[in-house]
Amino acid sequence: MESNEDYKNIPGWGMDSDPENEPTYPIKNYTGDDHNRTNYERSEPQPETVEILMSNERPKMTTVFGTSVPPSGLSGVIRRYAFKHSEDRYRHWLPLLFADRINMFEGLIDDIKSGHLPNIVKERGWAVEWQYNRSKFVKKIAVTALITGTAILLLRKRKK
Amino acid sequence: MLAMNYRGPYRIRTVEKPMPEMLHPEDAIVRVTRSCICGSDLHLYHGMVPDTRIGSTFGHEFTGIVEEVGPMVQNLKVGDHVLIPFNVACGKCNFCKQGLYGNCHESNPMATAVGAIFGYSHTAGGFDGGQAEYVRVPFADVGPTVIPPDMDPDDAVLLTDVVPTGYQAAEMGGIKEGDTVVVFGAGPIGIMAARCAWFFGPSRVIIIDHVDYRLEFAKNYAKCEAYNFKSLEDPVLFLKKTTDWYGADVCIDCVGCEAEGNTLQTFSGRVLLLQAGAATALQWAINSVKKGGIVSIVGVYGPPFNLLAIGNVVNKGITIRANQASVKRLLPKLIDHVQSGRLKPRELITHRVPLEEVSDAYRLFSSKLDNCIKAVLIPPSAKV
Repeated sequence: MESNEDYKNIPGWGMDSDPENEPTYPIKNYTGDDHNRTNYERSEPQPETVEILMSNERPKMTTVFGTSVPPSGLSGVIRRYAFKHSEDRYRHWLPLLFADRINMFEGLIDDIKSGHLPNIVKERGWAVEWQYNRSKFVKKIAVTALITGTAILLLRKRKK
Repeated sequence: MLAMNYRGPYRIRTVEKPMPEMLHPEDAIVRVTRSCICGSDLHLYHGMVPDTRIGSTFGHEFTGIVEEVGPMVQNLKVGDHVLIPFNVACGKCNFCKQGLYGNCHESNPMATAVGAIFGYSHTAGGFDGGQAEYVRVPFADVGPTVIPPDMDPDDAVLLTDVVPTGYQAAEMGGIKEGDTVVVFGAGPIGIMAARCAWFFGPSRVIIIDHVDYRLEFAKNYAKCEAYNFKSLEDPVLFLKKTTDWYGADVCIDCVGCEAEGNTLQTFSGRVLLLQAGAATALQWAINSVKKGGIVSIVGVYGPPFNLLAIGNVVNKGITIRANQASVKRLLPKLIDHVQSGRLKPRELITHRVPLEEVSDAYRLFSSKLDNCIKAVLIPPSAKV
């Protein structure tokens, strides 16, 4: 359906408009610029030097963007799939979360490949837990060890 | 340069990274002097924000010395000590032009549902953050503000997020003289929201949390009533009762997606990730506010959706107001509150940690150890 070009001729058009009915005050300084949509003066665009995944809800790249960690590996493949779907879809967000988990393992592999064995104790800040939260921390480790040990035993039994 | 480096949920370390480069004529490179860990950084740390890539550097609350400016930068010069709002804003789009600096349309290509935030995942623009020695700051003429010479750098760093977000949380509540305001969450933002609520003239400010030392801190710092919801059988019922069975005039959610207090919300939101975190605090806010009341939200939730009593919002005629803080808009007023001594943000800082020990600082803050309210990281090259 096409929009009504003569909307101002609709009986009563605009007669109850109240400029003070603006719940975004005082955060938004309403200027009417919203009706210009994405027509505004832009600065020159940042050159695209790495792969940037762009929301499909945008027609073009933003003026600036972060270049910190371009997509790569299997997680990159999943992220590229996610960005084919709009931000409204689970098909966008769940693959991104899944890619994050895959990426964690990719990070571990990269560490090992480069000869760096991650110091898990330091990375997880366990020294602080030991210093300030010892009893709960020990309990947590004991419970985790118990659950893991039981699971391994059960798996071994099944194999036999 | 030294920088914080994300390796997966609950795993971070510091690494040597290449120096940031100028990628746009309106960029600046800043040498970081202070960088805080925000409560919302914990959502990244816990692996709850989609598209948080391994190797990212977090940090959106930081101050620094300008080391280099692009050819188009006019308002900053090398050597300026600046505070940098957490949101990246172009100043030219129709959102920025109307003061919505937290909703800039020209800085985050990865999502339209959120503006760009330094060091806050690729969902928020993919920018490296300030938990490093140096950082790239786009649109340097728009966000960064020179720190007044008489201002303590610890006060300045809290003006990048905590103070404006807490203040805007109260401002969005539309608080009237005599109102009763309930703040959910006694983290740094909740404490600041409770303190700032008094600027709008309520007669009661109540804060709700489950961590006793934080409630005690809030009671002293924000001069408010403080209650532990674990000692209340039903927090909503308690709040109804304490407001003469009427409901609070204004409720403010400063908790966001990692709330405790409701098993179903926790399991579906935090364990199974079937919704964008646990919306327990927001649910309580909706059900505790009076008919026709206002619920203000600054708590951080993920992008998909949350399970909420939206029917109650309609039937009670509740107005929900929410946004990322528009830091730049609020800075003149908030700098005045700090300089006059009415607000003392630096009192929130309980821990000062060298950047090299960032993993300990995150764990300390995340596990709420050693009475931690706010941890600030000091890079080795800070020199201030």
